[in-house]
Amino acid sequence: MKILTEHIDVPGIETIDVFCKHGGYQAVEKAIKKMTPDEVTEEVKKSGLRGRGGAGFPVGMKWSFLAKPEGIPRYLVCNADESEPGTFKDHYLMWKSPHTLIEGMIVSSFALGANTSYIYVRGELMYVIHILEKAIQEAYDKGYLGKNILGSGYDLDLYVQPGGGAYICGEETALLESLEGKRGNPRIKPPFPAVKGVWQCPTVVNNVESIAATSWIINHGGEAYAAVGVGRSTGTKLISASGHIRKPGVYEIPLGITVEDFIYSDEWCGGIREGHKLKAVVAGGSSVPILSAEMILNTVDGEKRLMTYESLSDGGFATGTMLGSGGFIVMDETTCIVHNTLTFARFYHHESCGQCSPCREGTGWMDKVIYRIEHGKGRKEDIDLLVDVAKKIEGNTICPLGDAAAWPVAAAIRHFRDEFEWHIEHPELAIQPGAVYMRPGASWAQ
Amino acid sequence: MKVTIDNITLEVEQGTTIMQAARQIGPEIAPPAMCYYEPLKASGGKCRGCLVKVTAGSEKDPRPMPKLVPACLTQVQDGMIVENTINEEVLETRRGIVEFLLLNHPLDCPVCDQAGECHLQDFSFEHGVSNTRTAEERNTFEPTDLGPNIQLHMNRCILCYRCVYTADQITDGRVHGVMNRGDHAEISTYIDKAIDNDFSGNMIDVCPVGALTDKTYRFKSRVWFSKPVEAHCDCEKCSGHVTLWYKGDEVIRVTGRKNEWGEVKEFICNTCRFDRKKTAEWTIEGPTQISRHSVISANKYGANLIQPAFPISQAARDYKLINDDRDRSFLTDQIKLEAKK
Repeated sequence: MKILTEHIDVPGIETIDVFCKHGGYQAVEKAIKKMTPDEVTEEVKKSGLRGRGGAGFPVGMKWSFLAKPEGIPRYLVCNADESEPGTFKDHYLMWKSPHTLIEGMIVSSFALGANTSYIYVRGELMYVIHILEKAIQEAYDKGYLGKNILGSGYDLDLYVQPGGGAYICGEETALLESLEGKRGNPRIKPPFPAVKGVWQCPTVVNNVESIAATSWIINHGGEAYAAVGVGRSTGTKLISASGHIRKPGVYEIPLGITVEDFIYSDEWCGGIREGHKLKAVVAGGSSVPILSAEMILNTVDGEKRLMTYESLSDGGFATGTMLGSGGFIVMDETTCIVHNTLTFARFYHHESCGQCSPCREGTGWMDKVIYRIEHGKGRKEDIDLLVDVAKKIEGNTICPLGDAAAWPVAAAIRHFRDEFEWHIEHPELAIQPGAVYMRPGASWAQ
Repeated sequence: MKVTIDNITLEVEQGTTIMQAARQIGPEIAPPAMCYYEPLKASGGKCRGCLVKVTAGSEKDPRPMPKLVPACLTQVQDGMIVENTINEEVLETRRGIVEFLLLNHPLDCPVCDQAGECHLQDFSFEHGVSNTRTAEERNTFEPTDLGPNIQLHMNRCILCYRCVYTADQITDGRVHGVMNRGDHAEISTYIDKAIDNDFSGNMIDVCPVGALTDKTYRFKSRVWFSKPVEAHCDCEKCSGHVTLWYKGDEVIRVTGRKNEWGEVKEFICNTCRFDRKKTAEWTIEGPTQISRHSVISANKYGANLIQPAFPISQAARDYKLINDDRDRSFLTDQIKLEAKK
C-alpha cells in the first residue's frame, strides 16, 4: 500500500505534466470546485492522520484549533526543516516529487483559509529549494496557484523560505521566528501558533509528510485512509531506515506491520548485514530513547511490537520508545553505545539555542562527561551524574529540544549501563580504536 | 481572583502573574528571578529559576499542570493553587538550575565588582548546594569593551537577555544582541561596534551578575565598603533620581534607584551615571533603605545589625559536606558554647 511514493520512481514526475498524467492535482480540482473548507477539514479529521513531524498530534484537530478572527490573515507553514539525525524522508519526497507537497499545500491552505503559505526548507538542501521553486512556477503557470485558482475566487501565494541550517528551527515557534527574519529562538508558549504565529497571526505549522498526505485523503476519502493502519495509527508512514541493514533507504510502510518484519523482510530493510546480529535500534530519530534488540522486537507483555505510535511507546520510557519522525537507525553488535550516545549528545550540545539555562548548560555538560567516559577518563560517579543531569533538563526547558537531548542519554544508560561501566572500569581497553563491550554470552556471529 | 501560594490565599487582579502575586505576599515566598525584570517587556522565562508547581489549575479545572511552570510568565487563574517553597520537586529543580548557571561561571566573586549585590550569589546561596559535581573545563571568553564606559565579561554572563531588552526598549536603534548558539552564545555588538547612546549605562544596572561593569567604577571598592545615598539633580535627559555610592567623601559610583526586587525604578542617562561625580552637583535626600540582611549594610549602621542567617552548627555540617579535611576542631568549641545557650 503506497500513498505518497506510489509514482515516485516514474521518470519526470518532478514536472507538472507527468505528475498530472498520474493523477496529480485532482485533489485541488475536487477540493476547490466541489468542497467547502470545512468539508476538507472534516475529511482530514475522519482520516485520523497524525502529525508526521514527531509528536504525532492529530492534524485535523490541530487545524480546528486555528483561531479565525475576522479581518486577520491566516497562514499555513510547512515545516521542511528536517534536521533530526537519522531522518531523511522529507528530503527524499521533496527532491523526487515536489508536486506531491505543493498539491497538499494548496488543499491544506484552502481548508484553513490561508491566502499565503510558506515552505520553510532547511538551508543545506539548496538544490531541493531550486526544485521546489521550479515546481511552484509550473503550478503558477497552470493556474493552480496565484489569483482566482480554477475560477473559484480563491487566491493562494506559495513561497519557499530557506532556513539557516539550524536544528532548533525545526521547532515550530523557532521556525516562525526564523521565517520572520529573526534569530531562531523558540517562543514561550502560550500563546500558541494557532493564536499568534507568523507575523502575530494565526498559523498552522505542519510537517511535509502530513501535508502531502492530505491530497490523497481528499481524492479517496478519509475513511479509505483510516482503513490503512491499526487503531489510532492510520495510513502510511515514510520511514528513513539507516545503519547496519542490507538495504538502507526511505520506505513507505502501512502503519501496523511488525518491527521484526520491517527489519528482516526483503520488502523493507532486508535484515542485518552479513554475519552480524541486531544489537539496538533507535526507532524514531536521534531524540527518541534507544532500545535493545529484545525490547524493540517484543513488548514487555511478550507481544510482537508493531510499527505504530501506540505499540512503539508501549511500556512508557521504561521499556518503550516513540515512533517520532521515523528515523529508524539500526545498530549491530559492532556498535559502541557509548560512542553512539556521545555522537547524539555532541549534536544536541551544538544545536541548543542557548536561550534557557537547563538546555544551554546541561547539553554541554552531558557532552563533556560522555566524552570523558568514551576517552577512558570516566569516574564511577559519572553515570549517576548523567542520569541526574538528564532528569533536571527534561521538562524544565522552553521547547522540546531539552527533552530530546535528555532522552537518548537517559535511555542509553537505562538499557546499556553495563557498557558505560565497562568503559569506566577498563579505560585501557575502551580507548582502543573500535573497542566494543560484549555482554557475557553475546557473540558476533548470527 | 483568588490564588493560593504556599498555603497563603490572596486576592489579585486578572492578568497578574504568579510571580507578581507571590511578590505581593513577600520576599520569603517570591520565587527567585534571574532573567525576569518587570520594567522590561517580554523578559523572563529563560533562566527557569522561578519554576513552580501548580497543583490545581483553576476552580473550574482543578487538574494539576503536568510540568513545572515559570512563575514569571504564567498568569493566575481563579482558584489556582501554587506550591513554591513547600514543594520538594521545585526545590530540587532549583538546585539543578543553580548548578547549571554556575557550570560555566568562573566563580571569581573575590575580584568581581558585582559581589555583594549579585543576584546569582543570592540565588546560589539560597537554593544551591555547597559542593560541586563538575570536573569539566569551563568555557571562557575574553573581556571586551562595549563603548567607552562599559566592559563585558562574558564569562560571568548567564544570558538572561535583560541588557538586550533594555537596549531594544529604552533606546532607538538596536546595536547589540546575542551571537552564536548554546553554551557558546555571547552578548555582542554588531561586529564589535561600540554601544553609543545616552542610556547605554542602564545595561549595567539591569545585569544580574558582574558581566556588564561600569568602567569608571571597576576595582575601586567593594560594595560593602561604600555607602548608598539617594540624590537627585535637574537633568534634561532623565528624571535625575539616582543613588550615589560614597566611599569616604568621594562619590565612586552613580546608579539608578532600585526597588526591593533589584529592579530599576527609573532609568537614568549616561551623563548622570558617568560624569556627575561631585557632591556639589547633587541634592542629597538621605541614606538609601537597605535590607538589614544585605551585606551592603554590614559594618555601617551600628553594630550587630546582622545576625547570621544560619546557626554555626549548620556551618559545621556544611563544612563536612564538601569533604574538606581541614582542621575543624576550633568549631566544636563554638558548638558547645551555642548548646549551652
